[in-house]
Amino acid sequence: MNSMPLWKRVIILAICAWGIVAAVPNLNYTAVERHNDAVAAIEAAGGTATVEQAAERALWPDWLPSALVNLGLDLRGGAHLLAEVKVEDVYKARMDALWPEVRDALRDQRAAVGNVRRQPSPDGTLRVAISNPEGMAAALQAVRALATPVVSLTGVGQNDIDVTAEGLDLVVQLSQAERAATDDRTLQQSLEIIRRRVDEVGTREPTIQRQGDDRVLIQVPGIGSAAELKALIGTTAKLTFNPVVGRTTDAGASAGARNLLLPSMDEAGTYYIVEETPVVTGEELVDAQPAFDQNGRPAVNFRFNPSGARKFGDYTAANIGAPFAIVLDQEVISAPVIQSHIAGGSGIITGSFSVEESTKLAVLLRAGALPAEMVFLEERTIGPELGQDSIDAGKMAALIAMAAVVVFMIASYGLFGTFATVALGINVALLFGLLATIGGTLTLPGIAGIVLTIGMAVDANVLVFERIREELRHAKSPGRAVELGYEKALSAIIDANITTFITATVLFAVGSGPVRGFAITLGLGIITSVFTALYVTRVLVEMWLSWRRPKTIVV
Amino acid sequence: MAFRLRLAPEHTNINFFAYQWATLGASAFMVVASIALWLVMGLNFGIDFRGGTTIRTESSTPVDVGAYRAALGTLDLGDVSITEVFDPTFRADQNVAQIRIAPQDGSEAVLPETIAAMETALKAIDPAISFPSVESVGPKVSGELIWSAILAVLGASGAIMVYIWLRFEWQYAVGAVAALVHDVVITIGVFALFQIKFDLAIVAALLTILGYSINDTVVIFDRLRENLIKYKTMPLRDVMNLSANETLSRTLMTTGTTLIALIAMLIFGGDVIRGFVFAITFGIIIGTYSSVYVAKNIVLAIGLDRSDKPNKGAPDEFANIDA
Repeated sequence: MNSMPLWKRVIILAICAWGIVAAVPNLNYTAVERHNDAVAAIEAAGGTATVEQAAERALWPDWLPSALVNLGLDLRGGAHLLAEVKVEDVYKARMDALWPEVRDALRDQRAAVGNVRRQPSPDGTLRVAISNPEGMAAALQAVRALATPVVSLTGVGQNDIDVTAEGLDLVVQLSQAERAATDDRTLQQSLEIIRRRVDEVGTREPTIQRQGDDRVLIQVPGIGSAAELKALIGTTAKLTFNPVVGRTTDAGASAGARNLLLPSMDEAGTYYIVEETPVVTGEELVDAQPAFDQNGRPAVNFRFNPSGARKFGDYTAANIGAPFAIVLDQEVISAPVIQSHIAGGSGIITGSFSVEESTKLAVLLRAGALPAEMVFLEERTIGPELGQDSIDAGKMAALIAMAAVVVFMIASYGLFGTFATVALGINVALLFGLLATIGGTLTLPGIAGIVLTIGMAVDANVLVFERIREELRHAKSPGRAVELGYEKALSAIIDANITTFITATVLFAVGSGPVRGFAITLGLGIITSVFTALYVTRVLVEMWLSWRRPKTIVV
Repeated sequence: MAFRLRLAPEHTNINFFAYQWATLGASAFMVVASIALWLVMGLNFGIDFRGGTTIRTESSTPVDVGAYRAALGTLDLGDVSITEVFDPTFRADQNVAQIRIAPQDGSEAVLPETIAAMETALKAIDPAISFPSVESVGPKVSGELIWSAILAVLGASGAIMVYIWLRFEWQYAVGAVAALVHDVVITIGVFALFQIKFDLAIVAALLTILGYSINDTVVIFDRLRENLIKYKTMPLRDVMNLSANETLSRTLMTTGTTLIALIAMLIFGGDVIRGFVFAITFGIIIGTYSSVYVAKNIVLAIGLDRSDKPNKGAPDEFANIDA
């Protein structure tokens, strides 16, 4: 009998040992988790540990592996949101911002184009009427000169705006390439802002992912409900500084074209009429910090970036004595009168804040506003108790399944069944070890996948053992029968497992969340079970054969 | 000889084709009946596929479906379904119900106000009530999920067909996929018959059934291919019977261990996942049947080209791997 070379056995046994060691942290999940949290906290604090942190850290020895299997939302509890970002919102904002530039450009050509008026138009387009039809060519040229090349990989050489003439009207809209580039930026920005806001609450391992062209998947373990998560990321904190047109106490007052009627935050019943197009927006803020004003009341200090500072400076210089409104989320925080030219681009927002409110406002301002509205397409909340119940039930089921399979295998194949049992134990350990190492997520269907793997893992062994039995019937020597058994069963094992692996791959590609978790455990389970059935049992069988040297064997 | 549990005697000589018309008829009948049930009764789609909201409630006081319905009736939610959930793993004072409402007009996902109003209404009649899970899917996503589910099943079947075709012959691929369709359709039929909730997880279960059923079929095909080379003159039908008999013990063993594991999960795994585990369990029984009685029969019906030719699927192809 030509048995496996020693080095091969060593490698196989080393892999098994690695699997067991890598799986061990999961047996003591909470302790390892607290240990990992403490280690992360100590690292974040620059290596200095508090007494509690040191105690937490001591819950699990540093030299042992501490990678854990991530628990999916359905097991840990938490909130899941799928949001669609209304990317068109940005087109409107872009067009509104472009209007003053278009107006100024056309004013320079007043002799040729005559009077310029903005016409009502659908969101995302800018329609401008000129009074002199002969000036259309000049007007088109002037407005086209405002275009800039698109900054993106696919839109090279294209301009960001399309300008066309329709009768007496100039129609300006974003070009196709610019829309694509804008959508991409909007998504990136939304992701970044959501990430920052979720991080502010400091929950463990949130998942914030882009899905498709305009969707964002947000999964936050441990949060109370999807509504809470929505409140957290949905708070817009959109800060703008708008010129004030008037002040009224009539909630139904007509604001006029491109003006807004906004309520005051402090004075109930007071409304301000402000221009819709802001002078500066919160997006140009570089910093915001909670502070106190000269009267010792909570306030927020802010600072603009250079372009914001310039715009703010120019506006205040030109409008001394006029009021301007600080607008937060469609409410006027305050409407001070400009006392002097404010250069340098920093200022303070005062209002009737509490300290907490000013702190929160500063955080929200720093994080920035979401560039576009989000519509929630899917939301799920799973309570932590339900998750724990599922874990307990899954554990119980897995243990019972394992015990039953072990009894069945030993009753059917005796000593060889015992080898298969050992391999099954190593299989489960390897599966957990792999899951923890690659950072896979275990979900409730994933647990079902493990249970299914326990049932199916012995399949390869069954194939081999049945083959060995057949070979023994042809009166082969034990060593030869074992060798032929493994050899001849191989093609069936490979074919059968590759087809199952194909379905696991399709599931992984198409599924999401819990289903994907199932695909991962099923796929990894196939790999580990083929490995344990072909190599681990073989090492065990060969070691037993060379130790006992039996004349006959019974499988 | 030591005691050995045997699901099949050591030597069997069952003629699997003795009742081929009966089994084929039964299979055809079940497939047709399943499609009919599917069309007539429809599937009890979960919110994944038709949108809407489910709320799971848990309370220490018994569930009073009538009172729940009355409390929610004032909210004008449209179609509300309330079912009490029973499970052997529940504690004695754990009373669970599942409430499902249809998607609300004009909104993508359910408004938080609607959910808050429902929770308030239920709290009013039962202060001890809690809501371990609230899930809501908008109609837009649910439409897409149906498509991705259909694509998943078709894609997996297609990929398997190609693989079998490459490794064996096209006749085997047709037989294998016919067996897969048989298994999946009948499983869906059972879901229609008993109106068990059909959601995304069930689609995952269907794909698992595909994987398992093909696994079983491939083992028999593999033996068939080997025996066809060994017994060049034996009639195809006899070679098939021989192959099925030789692998019978393995087929029953593997189905046995898998079923044991799944039944443990079915009983002790909790109610959240029961539908999923049920689908897989049922599919594995039907999958074992189909690999013995459907896949082969179809290959036999098509016939195989047994003339000598360069065999692309030599049985020892993998035997060179140094194991």
